[in-house]
Amino acid sequence: MNTLIMALFLILAAFILFSAVMVVSVKNIIHAALWLVASFFAVGALYFLMEAEFLGVAQVLVYAGAIAILILFAIMLTRDTSGADDRQLHRRWWLALVVSGALFGLILVPTAMTTGWATVPPPSPGQPAGIASAREIGTAFMREYLLPFEVASILLLVALVGAIVIAFERRERRRRVLTLAEQVRLRRLQEGAARPEVPAAPANVPTAEEG
Amino acid sequence: MPSIVEAVPLSWVLVLAAGLFCIGLFGALSRRNTVGILLGIELMLNAVNINLVAFWRYIEPNVVAGPIFALFVIAVAAAEAAVGLAMIIAIYRARRTINADEVDSLRG
Repeated sequence: MNTLIMALFLILAAFILFSAVMVVSVKNIIHAALWLVASFFAVGALYFLMEAEFLGVAQVLVYAGAIAILILFAIMLTRDTSGADDRQLHRRWWLALVVSGALFGLILVPTAMTTGWATVPPPSPGQPAGIASAREIGTAFMREYLLPFEVASILLLVALVGAIVIAFERRERRRRVLTLAEQVRLRRLQEGAARPEVPAAPANVPTAEEG
Repeated sequence: MPSIVEAVPLSWVLVLAAGLFCIGLFGALSRRNTVGILLGIELMLNAVNINLVAFWRYIEPNVVAGPIFALFVIAVAAAEAAVGLAMIIAIYRARRTINADEVDSLRG
């Protein structure tokens, strides 16, 4: 049984790391978002393996169910219309690789491997294992952690209102037919956004496009 | 009752979380697409959550603070993703670009 658990953990770990590498390295941003959804599901499965079932369900509901959909909507609303798909990594991406590799190999792995963690001995077959389950989480949210719970709800309200305020589109900009001055300004914006090394495809004349 | 505590050493789970964190850090530092940067940030937050749950399960499984901390991290990550994506949409409407290199009007 122990080898089965270890095999499950190794399969999940391999899938998590593989999909994470796919997230940061594929060219198409929609494919990257879908690989992120796969990693969310795998992390949820890992929570189930570690017997944190409530957290696993919350992970799938919130991350894979809400945040991933939000990311996909934002990608769809910000598609690059000029079609310029130049390189998707920064010019000095090797520096980021050196930094994260050094953090992993020089700091995190030696600390994780050499510290003597005070793990709990497995419970004797007589007494049941006391693991905090959903019942204890719910009770704690209403007793010891009531204030952080309420503060988190206010935080979510603030984030909701803030996101609407930031992304709100004023009504006068939603006219279908733009005046000539607005068309010129839009064309100038689009040509300013295209970089010199990219052969700038002429931006399609926005007749049915919101400003 | 076999559990993961006897099957897998804690350091393996911590190394997995560290690897996920460093992959997310690389993605957040090196991608030009702003939504791609946000994907890297979400990977880092997931790695932190794996760390929290691993420490809770292996060291103090009867204390409830582990999953509660992880739940707060999930809630804050959701709020931050919403506001960040709203900002990306607003920048796209103003500049027609979501390239992090080209949104540099504060530079110099």
